[in-house]
Amino acid sequence: MKHTISVLVENHYGAFNRVATMFSGKGFNIHSISIGETEIPEISRMTIVTEGEDKIIEQVVKQLNRLIDTIKVIDLTGQYRIERELALITVFYQKGTRIEITNISNIFRGNVVDINNKTITLEITGPPDKIDAVINVLEPYGIKEMARSGTVALKRGEQLKQDKKESVL
Amino acid sequence: MKTPNSKMTGAEIFFESLKKEKVEYIFGYPGGAVLKLYEKLYDINYLKHILVRHEQGATHMAEGYAKATGKVGVVLVTSGPGATNTVTGIADAYMDSVPIVVFTGQVATHLIGNDAFQEADIVGITRPITKHNFLVRDVAELAMTIKKAFYIASTGRPGPVLVDLPKDVINAVSDFEYPEKIELRGYKPTFLGHQNQIKKAAEMLKKAKRPLLYVGGGVIMSNGERELRLFAKENNLPVTMTLQGLGAFPGNDSQSLGMLGMHGTYWANQAVNNCDVLFSLGARFDDRVTGKIDSFATKAYKIHVDIDPTCIDKNIIVDLPIVGDVKHVLAELAVEMDQTPDFSDWWKQINIWREECPLTYEKNDGKLRCEYIIEKISEKTKGEAVIISDVGQHQMWISQYYKFVNPRSHITSGGLGTMGFSLPASIGVSFGIKDRPIISISGDGGFQMNIQELITAVYYKLPIKFFIINNSFLGMVRQWQELFHAEKYSFTDLSESNPDFLKVGQAFGLKSFSTNSPNNVDEILDKALAYNDGPVLVEFKVVKEDMVFPIIPAGQTVNEIMTKRLDPKEMV
Ligand SMILES: Cc1ncc(C[n+]2csc(CCOP(=O)(O)OP(=O)(O)O)c2C)c(N)n1
Repeated sequence: MKHTISVLVENHYGAFNRVATMFSGKGFNIHSISIGETEIPEISRMTIVTEGEDKIIEQVVKQLNRLIDTIKVIDLTGQYRIERELALITVFYQKGTRIEITNISNIFRGNVVDINNKTITLEITGPPDKIDAVINVLEPYGIKEMARSGTVALKRGEQLKQDKKESVL
Repeated sequence: MKTPNSKMTGAEIFFESLKKEKVEYIFGYPGGAVLKLYEKLYDINYLKHILVRHEQGATHMAEGYAKATGKVGVVLVTSGPGATNTVTGIADAYMDSVPIVVFTGQVATHLIGNDAFQEADIVGITRPITKHNFLVRDVAELAMTIKKAFYIASTGRPGPVLVDLPKDVINAVSDFEYPEKIELRGYKPTFLGHQNQIKKAAEMLKKAKRPLLYVGGGVIMSNGERELRLFAKENNLPVTMTLQGLGAFPGNDSQSLGMLGMHGTYWANQAVNNCDVLFSLGARFDDRVTGKIDSFATKAYKIHVDIDPTCIDKNIIVDLPIVGDVKHVLAELAVEMDQTPDFSDWWKQINIWREECPLTYEKNDGKLRCEYIIEKISEKTKGEAVIISDVGQHQMWISQYYKFVNPRSHITSGGLGTMGFSLPASIGVSFGIKDRPIISISGDGGFQMNIQELITAVYYKLPIKFFIINNSFLGMVRQWQELFHAEKYSFTDLSESNPDFLKVGQAFGLKSFSTNSPNNVDEILDKALAYNDGPVLVEFKVVKEDMVFPIIPAGQTVNEIMTKRLDPKEMV
């Protein structure tokens, strides 16, 4: 089963590597990983999507906690959360299919961000399964290239407020 | 005298910080990137620098010192090759949770990444084998980083920490103030066990009919041996120990079942297999202990006390985890227990197993055997020596035949199984321990892996006994070849290629002996143990093709235990 794990880490030299090294060293797989700043400059948030049996995920969380640079580790799986991913997808078009592709983009509330005489590039945001769906639909037209950002996630507002009181931050 | 706030160079800050950490010894080797530190060191008298002959030796010395004293071992080496030579020792310390701090020189910060002369990304290389590591980029952070390094290495589950020191940082100037306390928001080891879990453990133990304490190195690291002894004694509990746990409970006590696992005693492994409550204290259910996971202690309710949550439910799923310091948990637990329970049936059964399959070896053919030597050493030192073993057959025989009565007395490379550990580690031990005999025991293979450090022992006149169990083979590998690899003795026979150990000893300036007869063992041991003006080397030429028994083949169960060499006649 896929798990989305949110990790607050010290925003300094090597912290990201340490997490990545731990994953490869222990043989845990990483489906996606994203990292960026938080509201506090010296803390970054990593969102890791990983897959495994419960026993493995339990180890993943413990091993993450064990790293000195990790401040807080939350497995968001099964919790109310917001998950988003961004994809840039460049698709081939022919006479007639350009409109179809733009329509698909509209249905998924995407944006056309680039176009030339052969290809059109869409920007799609949403939960990862929505991105999967878009890709599915676009595949028959011929996808030239694609970049996915990996998932970012947060707990939903209500819980976040409660949590803040006892949070380390 | 410097006042706390005056400007200092990085080199001065380095040594002032070590002074604050009460460092007594640095095991080190100089080189370009650390010249400035060595320049400063020249005038320092509040700590002693021990010059090694190879940086791997330095790390094992630091480990030996740390394991024997409980203090942090300190290493100082140069960049590039100096740093990479420490890797094996750091990995060893990581696997066995040994608190050491390794300082490596590094090229100047503006050269990092340029493939500069003697540059190696040692922080990257050691990331998976350190508890934590640091690259100091600014001299203003040096003191704080050193404070953090010692704190992280020595608290929680101990382990190695590496601090990389670029040349320009050591040369730069800054204010010095050593922090009194530190807070690391990402590092807060759990110390006290959960009260309710402890109560529950006590209840389970009270209900038990066939309990067993399974004791690992964590008991020794937490200095919990007194609590363990009291607890085991008052509740009449059988105690089995891991390789790293030996000494936590006296090996000569009737309640000790000796070591468990692959080369453990038959009765300890039977007890594991048949107990109804298995109480693990500071041990990690390593595969050398458990054998086949599915068959390990299947009848038992399993309680696991460990300071490191990642150890819990890693290899074996337990019924009751307690995260905390073993010493404290044991003290709390003792309060919960009431009258001494009656385990006489269980003890009767254990004693039957003891008699069914005792530890034995051939004594009547006049040949010299490792087991005999270890028994004799155990007898003569009353189990009170510090024994530093290497890796291989002799290591297992030591664990079986030496009756350790004190903690921190069995110093060995367990997790990584590093040949070449014993010789340098014993040097580290002898700087820390002055009131007990220090005996390094190696095989003829492992002895040659850090043989260069013999001169370190000679130079510092350390009263170490270097015993070589020379069976002219890489014995443990030979044993596996005989048992599991079609008797193809591929590259394990050293009889044509070993040096003359007696002459080696003499060349390095050690008092040296050699014998191949059991009749000389008494006399030689007496001489070696009585000589304290420097190191002694004794080569024991033992039979070539002995095997360690019992053995439970890897991944199997006590039912597959082999207790002796199969007689060729029986095999047909
Ligand atoms: C550095 C290293 N290389 C290889 C091994 C694999 N190994 C384990 S035991 C052993 C043989 C050890 O032989 P020796 O030192 O003579 O001791 P004995 O087993 O004969 O007591 C070997 C090669 C190891 N543990 N460590």
